[in-house]
This record gives sequence, structure tokens and C-alpha cells, in this order.
Amino acid sequence: MEDWIISNIVTALLLAGFVGAAAAVRSSRIWTDAAASLWRRRPIALLVVSFYVAVAILDSILWVGGVDAGEDVVSAHEAKSVIDRLFLDARERSYSAPLADVEFYGAKPLAHPGSHPMGTDIIGRDVVYMALKGIRVALLIGGLTSLIAIPLSLLFGISAGYFGGRVDDFVFFIMSTLASMPGLLLLIALIMAMGRSTLSICIALAVTSWVGFCRLVRGETLKLREQDYVHAARVLGVSEFQIVMRHILPNLTHLVIITFVLTFSGLVLSEAVLAWLGVGVDGSWGQMIDQARSELSRDPVVWWNITAAGLALFGLLLAVNMVGDAIRDILDPRTLRESS
Amino acid sequence: MSPLLEVEGLTTSFPGPNGDIPVVDEVSFSIDQGEVLALVGESGCGKSMTALSVMRLVPKPGRIRQGRILMNGRDVRQLSIPEIRHLRGHEIAMIFQEPMTSLNPVVTVGVQVVEAIQLHESINKARARERTIELFERIGIPDAADRFDVYPHQLSGGLKQRVMIAMALSTRPKLLIADEPTTALDVTIQAQILELLRELQRESEMSILLITHDLGVVNELADRVAVMYAGRIVEAGTRLELLGHPSHPYTQGLLRSNPALAQPGKPLPEIPGVVPPAEEWPEGCRFANRCARVLEICESEVPESLALTATQSTCCHAVARERQNA
Repeated sequence: MEDWIISNIVTALLLAGFVGAAAAVRSSRIWTDAAASLWRRRPIALLVVSFYVAVAILDSILWVGGVDAGEDVVSAHEAKSVIDRLFLDARERSYSAPLADVEFYGAKPLAHPGSHPMGTDIIGRDVVYMALKGIRVALLIGGLTSLIAIPLSLLFGISAGYFGGRVDDFVFFIMSTLASMPGLLLLIALIMAMGRSTLSICIALAVTSWVGFCRLVRGETLKLREQDYVHAARVLGVSEFQIVMRHILPNLTHLVIITFVLTFSGLVLSEAVLAWLGVGVDGSWGQMIDQARSELSRDPVVWWNITAAGLALFGLLLAVNMVGDAIRDILDPRTLRESS
Repeated sequence: MSPLLEVEGLTTSFPGPNGDIPVVDEVSFSIDQGEVLALVGESGCGKSMTALSVMRLVPKPGRIRQGRILMNGRDVRQLSIPEIRHLRGHEIAMIFQEPMTSLNPVVTVGVQVVEAIQLHESINKARARERTIELFERIGIPDAADRFDVYPHQLSGGLKQRVMIAMALSTRPKLLIADEPTTALDVTIQAQILELLRELQRESEMSILLITHDLGVVNELADRVAVMYAGRIVEAGTRLELLGHPSHPYTQGLLRSNPALAQPGKPLPEIPGVVPPAEEWPEGCRFANRCARVLEICESEVPESLALTATQSTCCHAVARERQNA
């Protein structure tokens, strides 16, 4: 199957997931209250995050055709997203400064004078467009990696904490082994071994980042295992699996959400580091920054590339962190008890 | 008629530095249908461990060493995992000391009871919900229908304990193990919960194994009483016998130290010392080092059970010698 079809299917599933999650939030009073109080505390950060998510989704809906072939026949047959289509005829031949009317070097007239708010890059691509394209990559890295790392940590952490003994020893062996290797080296080695693709980079990031959360889950499970309601469930004849699903897992939810939000930003940053080392994902902000590094030594300086990528990265991480902090405050059982 | 639950020579032990330590030692008792047996004793004397052994829920690394546990004539120790799971909850239910933490904080109380019902009966959600609300009403939870969708932290301790009772009774068990059911509640609520337990017990012909250190609770609820000390049952008998004519020095001491019976103006008598930890239990009679009537033989020989009447029996060298002399 072609990539763009997969992307559309995944987007559709994600949208369905959003709708489902929204319905679930509406059906439970705890979650409705939490959502309302999140909106009260961090309206701007939430709007910013929503904007990023919306752009990423628009960038993931792709279809072929509907494009005037013009002189570029090949690109007319490629699938293009909504964002691509918005910036279709924004190409220049070379650098343009923000909102300039002529090319940056040589002062030839531009094809679209005054229409590039953040200028263009070396081959004339609009920088705003590039920054917007980076959103999908960033969310993909943060999201997909968390989606691999969190279930892995939950599986290992809960088994280790709940069953103890041999299982615990085994999990601890894996965790200490991973923790004793230099993270960045392992990361690069894994990417080299699997080949450089978005998926393999996500897997490599997941493998190097699940240990911390796993330890947290193990500790929390150790605590929950001794709770009276777990004893009560056992007395009622509930099976071990059911106890984990109904009593342990739901009581870890707040941890999962908090960790997801907080590791998310860490992962996006890690990708920037990887891009700087030349093993990043194509089209990411990390790559933009990496390419812009050399431009900083040009005279006169080309500053808008790195600025745009940096601002986009900064905006996303700041907003996600602010939302994450608020979610942690809201879901912390101690504050929950005080407010009720 | 054979008793509902019959425990014979039950020994449950935990591994210690110098071999196994039996925290429950050769305990035998039986409960008839519709009977309330109180297991009385100080903290750390093995009451709760006895109850957990009956359900085969002794926490690791402890294990049942020997003895027979017959529930309805079937040996609990021989049951397979699915069978024991069916026994728990369906035939034997349990309520705990701490209602505050015995409910899952992230699930509404109604749903928790519904799940308990569905665990042992194939019944649809709507029916189970109706049953739960009926149960809540029966158990004296005001506004039962509204309380269904409430989270545990929104309920008071007394109401939580009622929910726990509702959950335990949802499957109509034959035996209810109540492990200090009123200890964590304040006095007025205690009385209500005891009243409720008694009503429910009479109504449904259910048996109760009541674990407590509170002789007031024993007086309210029990038909028969077994007094435990340091892993052994030292005296057993009907409520009237034990509260009226206690024979074992430990039982006598417990009764004397009950504030309700204290004489005004005089200091409350107490049993000197505390229950020694399990690894320091003496040979012979374990109460010997705290006993006012201690004899030489007490330090070396374990006293045999001595039948005083058809229903009362005691394990005490001093009592045995007295009767020999008489």
C-alpha cells in the first residue's frame, strides 16, 4: 500500500479516537470536571496545542491530483496534503528575506513579491510552509514513540511490581542493562541497525526512553498491590488478570497521562539532537536547524530559517509543558481530594 | 447436621531466620449455619491470619502447613484455582476493617458492586444495577439511586462500610468473615453497622465469623466465642459462658480490662505486657509469662484442651489442676 493511503487511514483512526476520547470524557464526571478545569487554567496553551494538532492533521490528509501540472510533471502525480496545497505556488528560485520583493542575493525580482512572511530557504521553499510541515513530524515522533514506550513500560512495570520474584528480577535485569549503556550511543547504533526511517527512529527512541517510566510504574504497582481494595477484590474471587485490568491499571492513569505529556517534549528535543548528528527524520525542525547552521555564517546572514524552526519548536514545547503541568496538578490525587 | 465450616488443626506459618514460625498453631473451630462465631484476641495473635487461611489467601511467603478446612464438606485446601475463586465471594465473603481504603478510588461505588455481582452470576448490567440499588436500600444507604454514581471519596466512612457490606452480600454468601468491621468507625456508626449485620444475618440465615478485639461487639453479635492468644485458641464456649464464667486467665484478664465493666474511681485493671512477636513465643503455655496464676508446668508443657461443659473448653494447667483437686 502506498504511504499516503496509510497516512489517511491512520488520520481517520486518530480522528475517530479523538471523538471516542471526547465521548468518554463527557460520560464521566471526574473527567468532565478535569477537562473544564484544564480549560480554565490554561486556555492559551490549550489553543496553541490545538493549533499544532490541527495543522498536523491537515498535513496528514493526502490525495493525488487536482494540481495544475505546469512545468513540474512529476510532482503533479504525487499525493499532496491540505497544507501542501495551500502553499502550492509559493516557490522561488533562491533565498528571499521575510516579506522582500527581490531575491536576497542578486536582487532579481521574486515570483511572489512580499508574500513570504518568514522568507524562503536556499532552494526557494517558503519557510513558514517548512515550519508547518515540521509539526506533523514532531507530533509523529512524540506520539508514536510514546505509543511504543508507554505500553512497554506498563507491561513490564506492572508485571514486575505485581508478580514480584523472578519476573521482577528479569525486568530489573533488562532495565539496568539498558540504563548502563550511554543513551545517545545506543540510539545511534539502533537507528543504524534498523535503517533510517521515521518508524525505526521512533522505535530506537522508545527503547532508550521507557526505563524511567517503567521504574515509576513498578513502584506504584508495588504500592497499589497492597491496597485494601485489591485485597477485597481477591477475597471476592477476582482473577489476577482482572485485578490488574480493573484495579491497578485505572489507578495508574494519572501517571500515564502526566508521563506522556512530559516525555513528549523530551522526545521532540531528542529528535533535534539526532538531526544535528545527521540521523534525524526528514522534514523535521531538527533538520531545518541543522541546515540553517551553515547559513548563519553567510554574509549578509540568513537568519529566518533557524528562527522559524526554533520558534515553532519552542512554541510547541512551551504549550505542551504548560498543559502537562496543569494536567498533573489537576490529576494529582492529593489536589483532587482537597478540591472535592 | 454437619457444620458449615469446620477447621481442624490449622497451622499457618511464615519462614523465619530459624525455621518456620507458626502464626496460627493447631487451630480448630467450627461454625454451624446461621451461627455467629467471634474470634477474639489482641492484635498480632493470628485472628486475621486464621480468616485468610480459610479463604486460602495467606500472603506470601506464608503458607498453610497442615490441617483441614472443610466448607460444606469440601476441603478448601484441595480445590483447584477456579473452584477456590468461586468459593471466594460466592460462598465466603469478607469485609474489612478499613472501609476508607477498601474501595477502588477511581470507580463509582455502584459499578464496583455491579462487577462483584457479575463476577459470580451471568446477569446483564441493567438487572445487576437494579439489584445493586435494591441492596443499597436494604443496607440503609439513603438516596440509593443517586449514590450509585458516586465515587468512594464522596462517601462517609459509615456509608463506605455499608457499600462494602452490600458488595460482600451481593452474591448471597453462606459465610461472612467480618474482620474488625467496626474498628475504624465512630461509636454511633458502629452501633448502626452491628445492628445491620445482625438483621442481615437473621434474615438470610447466614453464618458470620466475626474477628474482633472488642468484647462489646462480641456481646452484641456473637453466639459462640473463641479466644485466641499467640496463634492458639485458648478458650471457646458460648457467649454467655465466656462472658459470664470465663475460666482461662487470659479471657478473665480481657474481660476485667473492659472499660464498660470498670469500677469508678479505681484504675482499670490490665494484663501486664504485650503479645510477644511470633518468633519469641515461649514453649509450653504461651501466656505463661503474663499470667497471674502461672505454675511451673506452664513453662514447659502445652496445656491440653479441657472440656468444662458440653460447649465450653479451655487450655490452662491452672484450671485443670483446680478441677483435679476439687
